[in-house]
Amino acid sequence: MSAYLDNNATTMVAPEVREAILPLLGDEFGNPSSMHRLGGQSGMLMEQARQKIAAGLNCDPDEIIFTSCGTEGDNTAIFSALEAQPEKRHIITTRVEHPAVLNVAKHYERKGYDVTYLSVDPKGMFDMDQYSTAFRPDTALVSVMYANNESGVISPIQEMAEIAKKHGVLFHTDAVQAVGKIPIDLKKLPVDYLVLSGHKIHAPKGVGALFVRKNAPFRPFMLGGHQEHGRRGGTENIPGIVGLGVAMELAVKYIDDENTRVRAMRDRLEKGLMAAIPDAIINGDQEMRLPNTLSIAFKYIEGEAMLLMLDRFGIAASSGSACTSGSLEPSHVLRAMGVPFTFAHGSLRFSLSTYNTNEDIDLVLKELPPIISRLREMSPFRRGDEGLDWVEDHDH
Amino acid sequence: MWEYTNKVQEHFLNPQNVGVIEDADAIGEVGSLSCGDALRLFLKIDEDERITDAKFQTFGCASAIASSSVLTELIKGMTLDEAAKVSNKDIAEALGGLPKEKMHCSVMGQEALEDAIRKYRGLEVAPAPEGEIVCKCFGVTDLQIIRAVKENKLTTLEEVTNFTKAGGGCEDCHGRINEIITEVLTGEAAKPAPQPEKPAKLTNIKRFQLVTKVIDEEIRPALNKDGGDIELIDIDGHEVIVSLRGACVGCPSSGRTLKDFVERRLKDTVEPEISVREA
Repeated sequence: MSAYLDNNATTMVAPEVREAILPLLGDEFGNPSSMHRLGGQSGMLMEQARQKIAAGLNCDPDEIIFTSCGTEGDNTAIFSALEAQPEKRHIITTRVEHPAVLNVAKHYERKGYDVTYLSVDPKGMFDMDQYSTAFRPDTALVSVMYANNESGVISPIQEMAEIAKKHGVLFHTDAVQAVGKIPIDLKKLPVDYLVLSGHKIHAPKGVGALFVRKNAPFRPFMLGGHQEHGRRGGTENIPGIVGLGVAMELAVKYIDDENTRVRAMRDRLEKGLMAAIPDAIINGDQEMRLPNTLSIAFKYIEGEAMLLMLDRFGIAASSGSACTSGSLEPSHVLRAMGVPFTFAHGSLRFSLSTYNTNEDIDLVLKELPPIISRLREMSPFRRGDEGLDWVEDHDH
Repeated sequence: MWEYTNKVQEHFLNPQNVGVIEDADAIGEVGSLSCGDALRLFLKIDEDERITDAKFQTFGCASAIASSSVLTELIKGMTLDEAAKVSNKDIAEALGGLPKEKMHCSVMGQEALEDAIRKYRGLEVAPAPEGEIVCKCFGVTDLQIIRAVKENKLTTLEEVTNFTKAGGGCEDCHGRINEIITEVLTGEAAKPAPQPEKPAKLTNIKRFQLVTKVIDEEIRPALNKDGGDIELIDIDGHEVIVSLRGACVGCPSSGRTLKDFVERRLKDTVEPEISVREA
């Protein structure tokens, strides 16, 4: 028995995707830039993949640029918007972005840009008043993630993009966690840049796509050959791109399943754990949340220990605790939400996909409660110890 | 995924001596809920000051639990004098090693043991962590850092964070930790070697030679350890112009590295008038 419940980290390659890729690792290895049949074949497959992505997002194929990952897409979008408007020196983003955006914002901050980091409430929701009043005449770009990888909280992207548009400010959204889980229609959603990543939607790692709206400024981040019409140098990752095209078709096909069956499994997991385990909380707004994500925190114990014990039963999840990341502080997302340290260290994230079954949920419901009891028995802290710190200076 | 040794996994999955000794003769406590790990160590001590039983309760990751477990195994049967000599290195070695980012777990074991011994010997009135608090996020003092640097021969900020957690939060104290490392390293190095005579006024050539020497022999090796590098671009009067390279580029603490480490070293070793800026 095993249960892979870490799909916000990465997903298994779908069998249909694998099948489409395999010939490209065999005889069909052409470079799309080449003037021979092998190259032409690769080029044609690449353009078909582009059309599939565009169809999935309801945009024009010319508006899709293939990248190597979500991080590259985010970097390219932000770089484009800022380089094209050098006189504008203000960026609006949020405290809960993925490092692919957060660290780019910090980089520009060090270069003298002003950055407004929108805060979130305990449910992970933005204060729309703070957002609306953050705009300045020199605001170059708004960058807000579509859905949060840790809490699963969905941003009001439609509303936020409309407000930015009213101010004449470019809008970028990291939609890596949203694609395949929420329907996205780029004819209706007025964003200028949107980023997606292949390995989050059952394509392989090493491929992603960046949507750049027609007329939105663009500056290549990877300088090189004429590939992607000069917008992204470097020989195209044809197997990845073809896989991404198939994965996008599957994402469209399975989106109803995500929002019905997968959501129901997530809800059953949530209810089951909350009923079985005292001193637990759910992180993030339960309504405005991805259908596949459950972030749940248990007091008095630490996330890494839970994960390693779950791993013994073949259960794969992740944690916002400090110990798993190599940093010493719990996740910046949970801290921005004001999740108390006592819970943040003991948080787990379960993220499902269309390939999960009810047996997976049963396995977690069976194995996790005893693990938590066992670790709590080992812990020096008990109910009533809140705020108890032996060493005064350790108070945060 | 951390690379834990079999020994760590064994002690994590089947920890020895978990629990409470109701009539303990000494209890050592370290850490807190907010810090993310905490250890409470219970000791039973006979009239010959021999540890006859040891139990623990731990809140923390796998390596914290394993460190606690192996510590209780190590010290059972020891006299307090013997136990007082158990270091974090002994704990880590008994586990077949810990990932470097997890060394602070072994330090936590050592500190809990020391706390217990101190309390047993009636020294509990003395405040445990003396000295100046350097890292406010994790409540680590300069004395704790100096000790970790000396005992484990640490030379970089990253190592200090791995061993003591100091500097692992808001990063405001990184400058101060680098200073402490430099103080310990140069303090120890300076003892056998006589201080070089500082001429009252340096010629341009002499200054250039000295700056080059300090950068090549002290500053670059220290930065290299963090994956960074430095290049001397020019010296204009007392102004030294450098370029930070490698991991220093884009590093949030590069500004502090420049002022608190590079400039300070050059001021101390070459001329107090020196200032450093990036090209």
